[in-house]
Amino acid sequence: MGKRIGMEVAIAAAEAVALCRIDVAAVYPITPQSHIAEHLSDIVHDGRIDAEFLTVESEHSSISACAGASAAGARVYTATSSQGLMLMHEILPIVSAMRLPVVMGVANRAVSGPLNIWNDHTDVMPQRDCGWIQLFAENGQEVIDMSIQSFRIAEHPDVMLPVMVNIDGFQLTHMIEPMIMPTQEEVDRFLPPRVPFATLHPDNPLSMGCFNMPDIFMETMKAKDVALQGAKKTIIKIWKEWAKIFGRDYQPVETYKAKDADILIVTMGSMGETASVAVDEMRKSRKKVGLVKIKLWRPFPVEEFKVAVHGCKTLAVMDRALSFGGAGGPVATEIKSLFYHEKERPRVADFIMGLGGRDVRVEDFIAMVERAEKKEDDTYEFLGVRE
Amino acid sequence: MNTVQNFEIFVPKLVEKREFFSSGHRACQGCGEVLALRLLLKGLGEDAIIANATGCMEIISSAYPATAWMHPYIHVAFENAAAVASGVEAAIKALRRKGKIADREVFVAAVAGDGGTADIGLQALSGAAERGHKFIFFCLDNEAYMNTGIQRSSQTPFMAATTTSPAGKAIKGQRTGKKNMPEIMVAHGIPYVATACPSYPIDLLEKVKKAKEADGPAYIHVLSVCPTGWRSPSNETIKLGRLAVESGVFPLYEVENGKYRLTVELPEKRRPVSEYLKAQGRFRHLGPEDIGKVQALVDREYRKLIHKVTTSVSWS
Amino acid sequence: MKQRKWPETWREVTPGCIVFTPGNASEYKTGSWRAQRPVWDNKKCIKCGMCYLFCPEACIHEDENGYFYADLDYCKGCGICAHECWPQAISMIEEEV
Repeated sequence: MGKRIGMEVAIAAAEAVALCRIDVAAVYPITPQSHIAEHLSDIVHDGRIDAEFLTVESEHSSISACAGASAAGARVYTATSSQGLMLMHEILPIVSAMRLPVVMGVANRAVSGPLNIWNDHTDVMPQRDCGWIQLFAENGQEVIDMSIQSFRIAEHPDVMLPVMVNIDGFQLTHMIEPMIMPTQEEVDRFLPPRVPFATLHPDNPLSMGCFNMPDIFMETMKAKDVALQGAKKTIIKIWKEWAKIFGRDYQPVETYKAKDADILIVTMGSMGETASVAVDEMRKSRKKVGLVKIKLWRPFPVEEFKVAVHGCKTLAVMDRALSFGGAGGPVATEIKSLFYHEKERPRVADFIMGLGGRDVRVEDFIAMVERAEKKEDDTYEFLGVRE
Repeated sequence: MNTVQNFEIFVPKLVEKREFFSSGHRACQGCGEVLALRLLLKGLGEDAIIANATGCMEIISSAYPATAWMHPYIHVAFENAAAVASGVEAAIKALRRKGKIADREVFVAAVAGDGGTADIGLQALSGAAERGHKFIFFCLDNEAYMNTGIQRSSQTPFMAATTTSPAGKAIKGQRTGKKNMPEIMVAHGIPYVATACPSYPIDLLEKVKKAKEADGPAYIHVLSVCPTGWRSPSNETIKLGRLAVESGVFPLYEVENGKYRLTVELPEKRRPVSEYLKAQGRFRHLGPEDIGKVQALVDREYRKLIHKVTTSVSWS
Repeated sequence: MKQRKWPETWREVTPGCIVFTPGNASEYKTGSWRAQRPVWDNKKCIKCGMCYLFCPEACIHEDENGYFYADLDYCKGCGICAHECWPQAISMIEEEV
C-alpha cells in the first residue's frame, strides 16, 4: 500500500519518475517546470537512483539527447514548458516517427509573445499533430499516476510511442496536495524493465532515422497513424491493470453528474476540480449541469466522448488556447468535427478562458454556463476579458 | 615528421581491411567526403555507434529501405548530432553500469558536415563538449551546405563562390574567412582536437586512434574535397587535398591537452596558394589582386598557428 | 528480421523505418553511372595498395596475386585511382556508348 504524503506536485512528479528506474534524464530548466528538474537532479546526485542526468544546453538538445538515449535502449525522461516545448517542436514528430518511448512532463505555460510564465494550454496545442500520446492530469495524484503509467504505455510493444503528461503550470505544479505515493515494490510490479524493440549496439547493427522518398512516405505516415489510433486500446487495458494494483480508476473521458445533464461543461487539466465545485453549486438551484473531463487528448477518444455526452443538448467547452484566425479553440473544434456526421448533435459553445494564468473561479464557470444557455450560435468567444 | 620518403605508400596493407561503408552509396563521383568517412570508419573499428546529422553523408547512404552503414547508426535532424551522441553515450554508460548491456567499451561518434558542426550544430557541439561526454565529433568539411545546393557556410573560404555568396558584379564571393572551429574546440578545454585530410590517409587514421584514446571529448576536422561544389575534376580530389595542406590553407595539426603540434611539417617557403585556387572553379573569378588577398589571409592564419605550435604548453 | 523484398504496403514498413540489414545499399549497382573505367597494367603495378585506399566507392580489391582491380558493378569512373597511381599503372578508358 502506498504512502500518504503531502508534497508539492512537481516534487511528487520527480519522485514518481524516480520510482520508474529511469536510465537517462536530459532536462533544461524553464519556469514552471524547474522544480521537476531540480528535484530529479537532487535524487540523482544523492545516489537514490542510478541514472545519468544530463544538464543540456537547450530544450532542443534535451529532446535530442533523449532520442539518442532511448534509441540506445535506455528508459528516458524529460520535462519542459511553453518556449521549451516550442523549441522542441522540430524534433517531436521525429521522436514519434522513430517510435521511441520517451516520456515527457509538460508544465503547461502560455507561449510568448508577449512573454507570460503562467498557466494555459497554448504550449501543448501546437503539438497536437506531432504523433505523441498526450494525457492531461487534473490533480497531484493523477500527475504521479500518469507519470508512472506513461512509461508502461510508451514501452508497450503494441504502442512504442512517446507520451506527454500535461500538468498545469503553477496551478498544479506548485500546489501542495495530499497524495498517495506508490511504493517501489508496487511500481516494479506494474512496470517491468524496458525491453526495446531495437537498439543501437554493435552486437546487432541497424540504421535508424533513414529518410523516405515520395514513393514510400505516405505508407510510413499511415503506419504511424494506425499505431497512434490503435494505442487507445492498449492505454485502456493498462489503466485496468493499474486499477487492479493501485485501486485508482482511469478513463479516457470522465464524467461528473453528467447522466441527466442538459448542459455539460467540458474541461481538460486542473480546471476540472473548480468546475466540479461550480456544478455542485449550480445543482443546488436545480440546474441540470454536469461535467466532462478529457484525460486522453491524443489519440482522441471519439467513442468514449460520444458516450459521455450522449443525450446532452449543450456543451460549454472551456478552451485554454486559441487557433488565431481559425474556427476557435482546439478542444471545441475537435468536438464539433466529431459530431459533424451525426444526426443528433449537441450545440457546442466555445469559450476561450484562463489564458496566461488568468484565474478561473467557480463564479466564472457559473457565468460560462449561463452564457452558454443564452448563446445562439457556435462561434467562439472570450470569457472574462475586460471590454 | 616523415623520416622515410613516401612511407605512406607501403602502409595501405596494414590498414583495417573491413569496409564499414558499403559500395552502392549515392555520393558523387570522386567525392572526398565519402572517402574521408570510409577511412575514419575503418579507424573507429566495429565497436562504435554513429550519430549522423542531416547532410550529404546521411542522404547518400540511408534512403529507406537501404543503408550503406555497417555500424549501428542513428540520424535524427540537422543540428543535433552532438546532442544525440550525448544521449547515446549517456545511455551506454548507464546501461553498462546497471548490467543491462555487455560491459564492453563502445565508441560513440558524431558525424556532421560543416553546417551541422559550425553553424546550426554549434550549440549542441559546444554543450556536448562542455559536459565532457566521451565521444568523437567528426566534422566532414566540404566548405558549404553542399547537400542543399552549394550554399555558403561559416567554413566557406574567403572569396569562394557559392550559390548564396556568388561571384557577382558588386560582391565577389564569400566576404568572410573560415571560422576557426579547431580553435573554438580547443577553447572548450577538450583533451584532443585535430585537423585531417583523406589525402593523408595514414595521418587521418593515426588521429582517429588518438581520438579514441582521449580521456573525454575529441574533435577532428576533416577537409573534404567536393568536386561538385568546388567545380574541380573528379579525379583531382586527392591532389586538391594535398595542395590545401602544402600551401598552408589547411594545415594538418593536432592539439593534445592544449599543446599544438604539426603532424605534417611544411617547408619555410610553402606552395603558393594560387596553385590551389586555380584548380577550382569556385575561385575562377579571382584576379591577381584577389589572389594576393587570399595569400595574405592564409599567411596570417598560418603564422598564428605556428605561434601556437611554438608557444603552447600542455595543460595536463 | 530479414528484408528480402523492398517494402511496398504500409503494413510492410518497419517501425521507425529501421533498416535491419546493414550495408544493403550494395544492392544498387552504381556502375551504371560511369563514363570511363580504370584499367590496370600489372607490369607497372608495384602493389602498393594506394588505389584501394583512395577509392571513395571501396570497390577496388586485391586479387590472389596481390594486384588490384575495380568491381565494375560499383565503379563510378571518377579517375582518382588513375590520377594517384605512383607508377602510372592505371589508365582510364572511355566506356562504349
